Amino acid sequence: MEKFEKLQGIAAPMPLVNIDTDMIIPKVFLKTIKRSGLGVNLFDEMRYDRDGNEIPDFVLNKPQYRDTQILVAGDNFGCGSSREHAPWAIADFGIKCVISTSFADIFFSNCFKNGILPIVLPKEQVDILMQDAEKGSNARMTVDLEAQEITTSDGEVFPFEVDSFKKHCLLNGLDDIGLTMEKADAIKSFEDKMAMDRPWV
Amino acid sequence: MTAPKTLYDKIWDAHVADEAEDGTCLLYIDRHLVHEVTSPQAFEGLRLTHRNVHAPDKTIAVPDHNVPTTLDRAKGIENEESRIQVDALDKNAKDFGIHYYPVSDVRQGIVHIVGPEQGWTLPGMTVVCGDSHTATHGAFGSLAHGIGTSEVEHVLATQTLIQKKSKNMKVEITGKLKPGVTAKDITLAVIGKTGTAGGTGYVIEYCGEAIRDLSMEGRMTVCNMAIEGGARAGLIAPDETTFEYVKGRPHAPKGAAWEQALAYWKTLYTDDDAHFDKVVTLKAEEIEPVVTWGTSPEDVLPISGVVPSPEDFEGGKIEAAKRALDYMGLTPGQKLTDISIDTVFIGSCTNGRIEDLRAVADVVKGKKIKDGIRAMIVPGSGLVRAQAEEEGLADIFEEAGFEWRLAGCSMCLAMNPDQLSEGERCASTSNRNFEGRQGYKGRTHLVSPAMAAAAALTGHLTDVRELM
Ligand code: SF4
Repeated sequence: MEKFEKLQGIAAPMPLVNIDTDMIIPKVFLKTIKRSGLGVNLFDEMRYDRDGNEIPDFVLNKPQYRDTQILVAGDNFGCGSSREHAPWAIADFGIKCVISTSFADIFFSNCFKNGILPIVLPKEQVDILMQDAEKGSNARMTVDLEAQEITTSDGEVFPFEVDSFKKHCLLNGLDDIGLTMEKADAIKSFEDKMAMDRPWV
Repeated sequence: MTAPKTLYDKIWDAHVADEAEDGTCLLYIDRHLVHEVTSPQAFEGLRLTHRNVHAPDKTIAVPDHNVPTTLDRAKGIENEESRIQVDALDKNAKDFGIHYYPVSDVRQGIVHIVGPEQGWTLPGMTVVCGDSHTATHGAFGSLAHGIGTSEVEHVLATQTLIQKKSKNMKVEITGKLKPGVTAKDITLAVIGKTGTAGGTGYVIEYCGEAIRDLSMEGRMTVCNMAIEGGARAGLIAPDETTFEYVKGRPHAPKGAAWEQALAYWKTLYTDDDAHFDKVVTLKAEEIEPVVTWGTSPEDVLPISGVVPSPEDFEGGKIEAAKRALDYMGLTPGQKLTDISIDTVFIGSCTNGRIEDLRAVADVVKGKKIKDGIRAMIVPGSGLVRAQAEEEGLADIFEEAGFEWRLAGCSMCLAMNPDQLSEGERCASTSNRNFEGRQGYKGRTHLVSPAMAAAAALTGHLTDVRELM
């Protein structure tokens, strides 16, 4: 996995609440057996009309947001289906950080597995960042994972919380499976004990 | 004395294989269910890293999302990408030696229906699947939740998940349901009350008299939609109803092992005075048959209601409501029962079990669906289909004018050819009414099987109690 370095980039505003994973990547794109290449279909039904033409009003189609790296979104982002195609599409587009007041559970943990940092902040702060994002490409936001701080284009700083283990993995680009396999002994002894206690499993 | 524990606490504690200082745990997984859409990249990952499936005997796979449900499906899958996904699962199941129910097997069906039906899902287990509706299995008092594909790969390789514990939430449904009101109405009413993010960060335990009174099928319907309320999982403590359902299933324990398991399962309940971080209570008598009007499962109203106006809401929900009304083609103030429908879909892991089909048969027996309505019934598994045929339900459906299909996810998410067309309006027993869920610009109203049956007869959203 790619390391999450300090990010300075364009933030796009998506104030809509309850953006679900069907909106992020519609099911027609779930038929792939690969992880890559989904970025062009990110938010497909909001982004293109039926004939495949771009809908100019959609935020990521606007010239100033084409290189968006940070998304500031409405409440409960990523709800619905567990499809990891959603974070794959987001990452493939080039977005590395999503900021909202709340995220759906599975989506939240899927982000970390794909080098995306989801940040939860209180409503008032998300509102300020949303306004900052409205300014377009002249306004660059900075996300510093090491320091756990977001800096707006005006220099206002917002600290954020992140799980220490997940932070460590993101900063170092670590693969969960490799880390868990180092604990093979603990898993083995759990299985031995389970064979005694709950043999029917 | 140890502190009182919730059911969730007990199952969690019994599965922690390792705990780090910051509370991050390795949770042991007892059953891993796999389907064709969210697994190919995980198996590919294993191959690339030369890893194996750690516990193939605890891993069960079945194709469901992409499979055709028309009677001629033996001729194969037309859509190339769908076929590739199903073929990939065939191959992965064979190469890695995991349990498999291929399309040609009568036991094939929706993964969340096949697991319980075959006795793979048992009380007190941890169950995961790369699918958010894994919550269904919580009906057995097992900790069951959806995971992403990276986690699928993690479980395949290690039989564990890296997890932090969620908080405890109790949803109590007191009293008794009125006639015509079902498990689906309970679960939608709960989401209507808590919102789609109300359960975020929690595992819900459903309890109370109305929950106890439900069959296993009904309990699965309730837990299935815990995810729509944002919860990590939904649970119901196992009891005689559970044990009765499990006993004799192909993969349930037998003989002495059954007795030993049963003794353990009887310890799986929330202790008196155990702490819940959040409690929600609903009175069963106050729940009416409900429908959704919008594009989020929280957009729930009793069937006697009217379409709301954006001004009825606050904050970001105002915009969302405007967008939803526009998408759904509805006018504020319109009576819900005046909304005419084009299509009825009965099926999915929410309502594709035998009891759901019986409820439909009760309503439509000896009647005909409204002219011009497209109505299909898609059983949740090949065995549900066989049973419905044996009970004579299939004849009732066909005489009433329903299409009687083969098992699969079908129009629940429309990955196969069963889709709504633009503007087509559907009364559906599935679980998601998101934009485009059942087809591009398709319009979905979520309802119970009985309510879907009523709508099929009249051609508009209907209070099933008027037909009873
Ligand atoms: S029936 Fe619908 S919700 Fe259930 S597993 Fe299939 S697609 Fe998902």
